[in-house]
Amino acid sequence: MFDFALNNAWLIPLFPALAFGIITLFTKKMTKLSVSISIGTILLSFVLSVIIGIGVIGQGDTFLEHPYKAVVTWFSMPGFSIEVGTLIDNVSVMMLLVVTFITSLVQIYSLGYMHGDPGLARFYAYVSLFAASMLGLVIAPNLLIMFVFWELVGLCSYLLIGFWFGKISASAAAKKAFITCRAGDFGLLLGIILLQINFGTLDLQQLSVMIPNFTQYTGLTAAGLTAIAIILFLGPMAKSGQFPFHVWLPDAMEGPTPVSALIHAATMVVAGVYLVGRILTLFITLPSALLFVAIIGAFTALFAATIAITQTEMKKILAYSTISQLGYMMLALGAASLTASMFHLMTHAFFKALLFLGAGCVLHAMHNEASIWKYGGLKKYMPVTYWTFLIGCLAIAGIFPFAGFFSKDLILEVTFAASSLSGHAQGPFPVAYTVLFLMAALTAFLTAFYMFRMFFICFHGELRSKEVQPQEAPKVMTVPLIILGIFSIISGWVGWPGLGEGQAFGYFVRLGEFQVMEANWLLIILSTLLALLGIGLAALFYWKKTFSAQAVIERVPFLYKLSYNKYYIDEFYLWIIHHIIDKCGWLLWKFDIYVVDGIVNGFGKMAQWGGTVMRKVQTGQLQHYALIFFMGIVLMFLLLSFTGVHSPAIGLMGGAK
Amino acid sequence: MNFPVLTTILLLPLLGAIISIFVPKEKSSIIKGIAGITTFIPLVLTIWIYFLYYTQHMATGGYAFTESIPWVKDLGITYGLGVDGFSLPLVLLTSVIGFCAVYSRSWSVETRAKEFYILLLILITGVMGTFLATDLFIFFLFYEVVIIPIYLMVIIWGSGSKTRKDIGKEYAGMKLTIYLLIGSAFLLAGLIWMYMLAGEMLGALTFDLATLATLNFAPNLQIAIFGLMALGFLSLISMFPFHSWSPDGYAGAPTAVSMIHAGVLKKIGGYGLIRIGIFLFPVGAKFWAPVIAVLAIGNVVYTALISLAQKDMKYVVGYSSVSHMGFVLIGIASLSLVGLNGAVANMFGHGIMAALFFSVIGYIYGITKTRYIPDLGGLAHQMPRLAGAFLVAAMASAGLPGLLTFVPEVTIFIGAFGSPITRIPAFIVLTGIVIGAVYVLRMAANVLFGPRKEQWDYVEDIKGFSLLPIAVLVAFAVIFGLFPSLLMDMVNSGIQPIAAKLLAAGSQIGGSL
Amino acid sequence: MIDILMDKFLTIGLEHFLILSGTLFFIGLFAVLAKKNVIAVLMGIEIMFTSVNINLVAFNKYTAAEALLTGHVFAIFVIALAAAEVAVGLALIISIYRQRTSTDVQDFDWLKW
Repeated sequence: MFDFALNNAWLIPLFPALAFGIITLFTKKMTKLSVSISIGTILLSFVLSVIIGIGVIGQGDTFLEHPYKAVVTWFSMPGFSIEVGTLIDNVSVMMLLVVTFITSLVQIYSLGYMHGDPGLARFYAYVSLFAASMLGLVIAPNLLIMFVFWELVGLCSYLLIGFWFGKISASAAAKKAFITCRAGDFGLLLGIILLQINFGTLDLQQLSVMIPNFTQYTGLTAAGLTAIAIILFLGPMAKSGQFPFHVWLPDAMEGPTPVSALIHAATMVVAGVYLVGRILTLFITLPSALLFVAIIGAFTALFAATIAITQTEMKKILAYSTISQLGYMMLALGAASLTASMFHLMTHAFFKALLFLGAGCVLHAMHNEASIWKYGGLKKYMPVTYWTFLIGCLAIAGIFPFAGFFSKDLILEVTFAASSLSGHAQGPFPVAYTVLFLMAALTAFLTAFYMFRMFFICFHGELRSKEVQPQEAPKVMTVPLIILGIFSIISGWVGWPGLGEGQAFGYFVRLGEFQVMEANWLLIILSTLLALLGIGLAALFYWKKTFSAQAVIERVPFLYKLSYNKYYIDEFYLWIIHHIIDKCGWLLWKFDIYVVDGIVNGFGKMAQWGGTVMRKVQTGQLQHYALIFFMGIVLMFLLLSFTGVHSPAIGLMGGAK
Repeated sequence: MNFPVLTTILLLPLLGAIISIFVPKEKSSIIKGIAGITTFIPLVLTIWIYFLYYTQHMATGGYAFTESIPWVKDLGITYGLGVDGFSLPLVLLTSVIGFCAVYSRSWSVETRAKEFYILLLILITGVMGTFLATDLFIFFLFYEVVIIPIYLMVIIWGSGSKTRKDIGKEYAGMKLTIYLLIGSAFLLAGLIWMYMLAGEMLGALTFDLATLATLNFAPNLQIAIFGLMALGFLSLISMFPFHSWSPDGYAGAPTAVSMIHAGVLKKIGGYGLIRIGIFLFPVGAKFWAPVIAVLAIGNVVYTALISLAQKDMKYVVGYSSVSHMGFVLIGIASLSLVGLNGAVANMFGHGIMAALFFSVIGYIYGITKTRYIPDLGGLAHQMPRLAGAFLVAAMASAGLPGLLTFVPEVTIFIGAFGSPITRIPAFIVLTGIVIGAVYVLRMAANVLFGPRKEQWDYVEDIKGFSLLPIAVLVAFAVIFGLFPSLLMDMVNSGIQPIAAKLLAAGSQIGGSL
Repeated sequence: MIDILMDKFLTIGLEHFLILSGTLFFIGLFAVLAKKNVIAVLMGIEIMFTSVNINLVAFNKYTAAEALLTGHVFAIFVIALAAAEVAVGLALIISIYRQRTSTDVQDFDWLKW
């Protein structure tokens, strides 16, 4: 059973891809059939993934050392050969489970959320393709194939964010997402090309063997390889919404809410983290590159959190929280811990999907009213949503025993271990990691604060909007919420400190030797305290109204405006695009018309002018012609008589025998 | 192989044109039928020989299905046809696009339909002939045949643009024709010079490519002759700064001509540059490669930025096709097997993509009578199928994996970064993939998306005959995208001898090429 | 000295014919290039023909073998041709005159640019 599933792992992405093909080509008009095909195929993929997952856990050590790999040549030529196939190892199995699980739930949830939408079949087709691309990326055996699916993920996000293409904002957001990611892909593709040229292969397994000993295989210096690593990292930065490429992610909320859940939890954004995880060897070999990853991660985490505290739309707040949490994952990778990063990726997938689907229920109930200031007191109208949302918030804030507690704690712990605070730091940059650790800790506090700010505003107090009568969502939407809620609680326990071989998450998903994590009580207490402080503060401000948020805003209006307007980064980019790039294009166009074309037309004009001048020779006077005719004969005669018959002048006129 | 399959492929459209002459011009449906049949049969035959070559001849490489009839013995002119892994993809491209052009929006050409189809068929024959010829005289003959019908078609059936009111279709047609004729004059000078030289070296005059390839011309002459020929070929492939005929010409031309011109005709430039230029004059190519590489930056970045400023759909695609040729040029300039493979494959990929783009735009233009982007908007509401095709074309233009332009582009960059000549230009050229995504997506967003406009409610979605070319082109884009080895293996087998020649020339002059 | 001169002048040789034909030719040429009346131009052409005929006959007489009459025959051909040419020329002139009421060759310039 396990072997069968393993050998046919390529079917996992193929099923949803087939669903996409069938729906777009044949069953588009039959909505119900399309939906069943889509959900059916993703469930099939999920079942296959579960079989593989159970098998892998059962195999333990053997599978860790001998991952399953099956490839066929995609195309090849001397000097450049790419294989397509499946690389199933523990990390990819974990991702397969998460992606298929979340996608299945989201698809089921969408039955309720998207009910009655005229483009339902199209929606399911896109979501299927989305899942297929992400699953393909997860099991891709080499970097170029990863890039292929990476771009397809980008395409699907484009299609899904712009799903309601009638809205200009949706189509603009879709475009923005695609182009921002493209800007990063410039780096990723460049990095991939440089790796191929220097190492002669893009195969992940071969690269992970070659890179640590890169001096043997290539003429690269450490600085050169560091440059390649950082260039390559631009791609994941864009995809995972890291600063300064984060701008597309909040706008991506223009898509239907289930899509947001997919993008944020399971498919799109984690692709960046996953890709860095896949080639973590490259970064671990180069401490400066690793530090770069960590700095970007920590900075993004803090940066996004500071924006999130002033936003007024539920989905926007969640979007910035995603950026922030992705920053955490990058930070974990930057601390050289695949385990911590993937662990947080998994738990985050559960609770973020939960939060988004919960937000979807709220939006559904509030008839797409976006501003949280119109909500309030929703607790009594929609209890299921309320309780599950609370679980999500507690999880993301990192409160014991919810999932986020374990994973966030692990990230803090690995960062702490790399910093000088721990006393015996490994790695060359202990001081830098100390700063990063403090940033991460501050972010933990902010996260708890802004999540519960939103929570209290939405679900407590009195309903502020007078127009709508909110109602609990239908079963098809709440059941996925409950399932996700359960997972948001229990999924963290696999990372319980002290779990040994064959049990702990860190045993199955790791790079290098397995070490039993010991509980660092100091950190646990610290992070819990920070989270509780954040929640308490939020409660005082927005639930008990002990303090007035307005007063604080008035005290520091500048900071508030800066945060509320997202540090004006979007405006800055827009300014660059409109005033520099577009102007540049316009100027070049004029240059093309007037200078390049001007020269071309100039040649034409010259010919015309020459004709105008030369035609004067044609006087029409018979006698002029006769005179010229005669003079010509005289000239030829003279030439012949003075130069002889073999002269070049005669040759020019046709030559003589 | 006794059945002259290549001659059949080559001359059937011409036969169709001749038969059409005798059909009364009122019976335009009969003429369309003839045009359809005489392009459909070559398409089928081409796919068949592509398959045959792929399965039987590819491992050994070299010409197959050759035909050779002496024509003017004293001058060494032979009616020689043949295909190898290099020309076969381009022959396939010609067949597909020829077929699609006949069936495209041009199906609804009603004014002077007879003349239109006759010229179109002659045009297809001309393009096909250049790819099939193994004799340089035949090559040049067909090369010249191509240009004249285009002039007539542009000025009779073409259209002006709203963004360039100062120039009309007559200007566009005239510029295109004169530009290409001047280019071909340089080419002819180079050809004849080489022909005379080869005649002296061999003791007998010949235009046969395979014989000429055995010669080693003196380095100085190689540089001079390659320069002359390159001037001709590079203006045909619209290298910066010889590109300005291309956007105007495409914008002015009727859909079928834009498809054929951007799709295949332009590729004759790249084909000739590799097949004749690099193959016969490797040392000359080495000399000129840095120049081409630097000018390729102009192609990719400069014209991509100009595309951003365009408001006419055909101008966007026109400039983008110039931009894409920059990728081809940088692949050629890398003078490496991988880079050349990528360049040739990208010619194929861009051909399909550009033809698809132009046929979609032609459909929109035909039905809405405007190509001006601000006039349009929200067309995906009225024409979902067309919007899908448009998006496929846009994504192929942006080099999305899974469509046929991605693998060639990556291959080009692998080759270009691997070669010291093109390493730095390639880095700048790579930014083109970002700008390239911006202008196509902006156009897609402004044309297809946005609120429904009621003025376009009368517009019907594409169906019937008009759907056929789009479906065929999309199918090609996807199939070759998912299975790139169908294309790459083929191209590789055709480029191998050329790369070997480059290597040999490199060791001959004591440096690496 | 005198004898030699007298001999040269009184004995008719090839030179005399050539001088005559050259003079005639330039008279004709002058008429063609300078006369305004188109009839006079035509006459100039005829004079040039005549000079050529003299040349042909003279060369035949002094340089070719006795029995050959090539030059004479050629001259007769030229005369015939000249007659035909004059006929066509005069017809054209009359036709033009009827239309334009002018025989001034400078008015005949409507073939210019």
